[in-house]
Amino acid sequence: MMLQIKPILSALRRHKAGAVLIALQTALTLAIVCNALFIIQQRVAHLSAPSGIDEANLLVIENSWADKLSKEDADAQQRADLMVLRRLPGVQDAVASNSYPMRGGGWDQFITLTPDQTTAVGDAAVYLGDEHFMDTLGVKLIAGRNFRPDEIRPIANRENVMPPVTIVTKTLADKLFPDGSALGKPIYAMSNTPTTIIGIVDVLQTQSLADWQMRNAYQSLIWPMRLVGNAYYILRAKPGQLAMLRKEAVKALYAQNRMRVINDDGVMGYAEVRQKAYDSDYGMAVLMGVICVVLLAITAAGIVGLTSFWVGQRRKQIGVRRALGATRGDILGYFMTENLLISVGGAVVGVLLAIAMNLWMVTRFEMHRLSLFYVLAGVLLLLLLGQGAVLAPAIRASRVSPVEATRSV
Amino acid sequence: MFGYYLDLALRSLKRNKVLTALMVLAIAVGIGASMTTLTVMHLLSGDPLPGRSGSLFYPQVDSNPTPGNYKEPLDKLDYPTAMDILNAHLADRQTVVVDSPVKLRAPDTQLPPLIPSMLSTTSDFFAMFDVPFRYGGAWHAEDDDKHARVAVISSDLNAKLFNGANSVGRTLRLRDTDVRIVGVLAPWRPAPQFYTVAGGRFAAGKTADFYSKTQDVFTPFTSGLEINDGNFYQYTCWHPAPTPGHLQNAPCAWLGVWVQLNNPTKVAAFKRFLDGYAAQQHALGRVVRPQNTRLRSLMEWLDFNGVVPSDVRLQTWLAFAFLAICLFNTIGLLLAKFLRRSGEIGVRRALGASRGAIFAQCLVEAGIVGLLGGLGGLLLTLAGLWVVRSQPVAFADLAHLDGSMFLLTFALAIATSLVAGLLPAARASRVAPGLQLKTL
Repeated sequence: MMLQIKPILSALRRHKAGAVLIALQTALTLAIVCNALFIIQQRVAHLSAPSGIDEANLLVIENSWADKLSKEDADAQQRADLMVLRRLPGVQDAVASNSYPMRGGGWDQFITLTPDQTTAVGDAAVYLGDEHFMDTLGVKLIAGRNFRPDEIRPIANRENVMPPVTIVTKTLADKLFPDGSALGKPIYAMSNTPTTIIGIVDVLQTQSLADWQMRNAYQSLIWPMRLVGNAYYILRAKPGQLAMLRKEAVKALYAQNRMRVINDDGVMGYAEVRQKAYDSDYGMAVLMGVICVVLLAITAAGIVGLTSFWVGQRRKQIGVRRALGATRGDILGYFMTENLLISVGGAVVGVLLAIAMNLWMVTRFEMHRLSLFYVLAGVLLLLLLGQGAVLAPAIRASRVSPVEATRSV
Repeated sequence: MFGYYLDLALRSLKRNKVLTALMVLAIAVGIGASMTTLTVMHLLSGDPLPGRSGSLFYPQVDSNPTPGNYKEPLDKLDYPTAMDILNAHLADRQTVVVDSPVKLRAPDTQLPPLIPSMLSTTSDFFAMFDVPFRYGGAWHAEDDDKHARVAVISSDLNAKLFNGANSVGRTLRLRDTDVRIVGVLAPWRPAPQFYTVAGGRFAAGKTADFYSKTQDVFTPFTSGLEINDGNFYQYTCWHPAPTPGHLQNAPCAWLGVWVQLNNPTKVAAFKRFLDGYAAQQHALGRVVRPQNTRLRSLMEWLDFNGVVPSDVRLQTWLAFAFLAICLFNTIGLLLAKFLRRSGEIGVRRALGASRGAIFAQCLVEAGIVGLLGGLGGLLLTLAGLWVVRSQPVAFADLAHLDGSMFLLTFALAIATSLVAGLLPAARASRVAPGLQLKTL
């Protein structure tokens, strides 16, 4: 095998243009495929981030009152609603809140450790809920306690009140108190009134998943309040009951009181919430996948085309070699090695190009640094692609009969 | 001669159909990808008000009193600053904009309540931005002063509520207030929705929402603030607002002001006014960074906000890298194709064809591949734009091929194939006739 490299190189010198073209095409394809694979991985990692809640069984219903209700009336209506929902067969628990994880945005609050601090220690997503909140969403309490029913107070849509106690996520607790002493400590939410941390929950995703909010991911807090204006009802279905509840829950709410607005798109399972939240990530990942496949196909087709041409051009020389005793395997090996040499040459240029392209994207598109794994995967992929593409023409070459040598020299 | 080359080229292309199809397909895919992204790019980076944008400016004063080394003023203004700039009446036209969601009912119809977006602005808005009307017209400047309960509605809303009939004079209920419709817009779709653009530099490239449709209801600024009081959202606040949603006296930036300045003298004078105003407010202690004033033109403001989403820019770059690969591919295949015919070329050369003639013949063949590739590329571009339209992004409905992009598709395809043909044609024209004739 090694002995063949020298004649291959001298043969290639006579086909410079073609060899350079294949190498360049391989290099460019490698650069793009590496970066595309990396983008796919990033987007997929983003869209498979855990939310910490029991997504499979959760249903969100956006409810607004048709009439203008006083706070007392709205409170009474909401209590009645929740009673109806919690009693529905198939419902494990239900809660009213201002928002839900992965909604795409909503109330967030700067948190400080003293009332006069001007720069926030953390930015947290605020969820309002009563003592049923954790149970409904399936969030795990890892320290402290849940709210007591007597701590819950109803608030109207634009009321600005600070609760005396709060439950925070572990991520937020660790950010505020890195030494792990968060439980029982007061925090301040742009106000002079302190709020004491009475419980810590494991994982609870924030409302916004925007890139600029990523540094605040998983920093959430729960306030013991029931939003009695326009709110979201969150239902946790017993396993397998979600599909049935979609219709039943809305029907039950309308039966309880007709004077409300629930739009068709205001009833969502978490499959839809997730899809909506990660639409652009998903779209980009699919697009990059399609680009990769098409590029690889085009490059393979180019290699097949040029190699076929070379085989056709060299039929006579192949015949001579066969007549002089070269086996079919030798001929096959010749073309495979030739392609490998060209591909390796292209891969070297391609790796440099891939890294350059990534560095440029880091500055222009806030992309992360390309990890070496994707470069190596890309190189391997293209070498295999080249070998696969050259196989058919090379086999055809190996079938050239030694008789060709005798024809029209 | 051209006819003869054409005939030769067609014969040659028919001889190896697979190779021809491969080249045409490669060019078609490359063209399809790059034209799809280029069309989207062209639509998103265009001038929303051609011919007018040069005289429209977005004044900024840094009304945030928090000390600190902020290089740029806030993207929006607080109420006192906006009113001071507006009431100075120094520009040819001036307006203020703020949008808010509002509950809307049409008492004459049986439709359930809607929650469209409402733009509160002044009568100058329509003239300044050349907004087209289908029925009626804008309200008058007095209506702004009188807090008149009037509204202009979008063509979409008019279609939804009144089936597109002339609804001027009819009544809408905005939250708890009845307003009279004075004008209905003709379809109006500025891209981006430039007058509310702000905060783009903090969006990390996720700026697709700048391209959403215009608001459905337009009311006089003074009336809008009263009708929808409590439902206004701030751009940012440096202290919590005493009453959320009511921002006139709140320490919040939430208003955008636009001015029309018809010549450079007026622009310079207006900038001097802004600087003077900031200095005066600095002396009064309300502004801490008087040097932070800006008067960007519309296009400068869009540029500053980086309105074209980064995903779109990334896709455009990728598509052109893609086209480059297709180009290399085509060069390789054309090279193989031309050199395989070395014998034929040798005969033509021996019979007196010049190198130039061989070169031209090869380029004609490449050009035909380009033309076919362009046709395929056009179909793929149309398919690509259809895919873009089915995406859940705010600019989806804009993705259509216009005349200039249609022509560009073919120009790009033929240019690509000619560039691809140059090297192979040059190689083919240098074939030595003697050597080839010997081996025939």
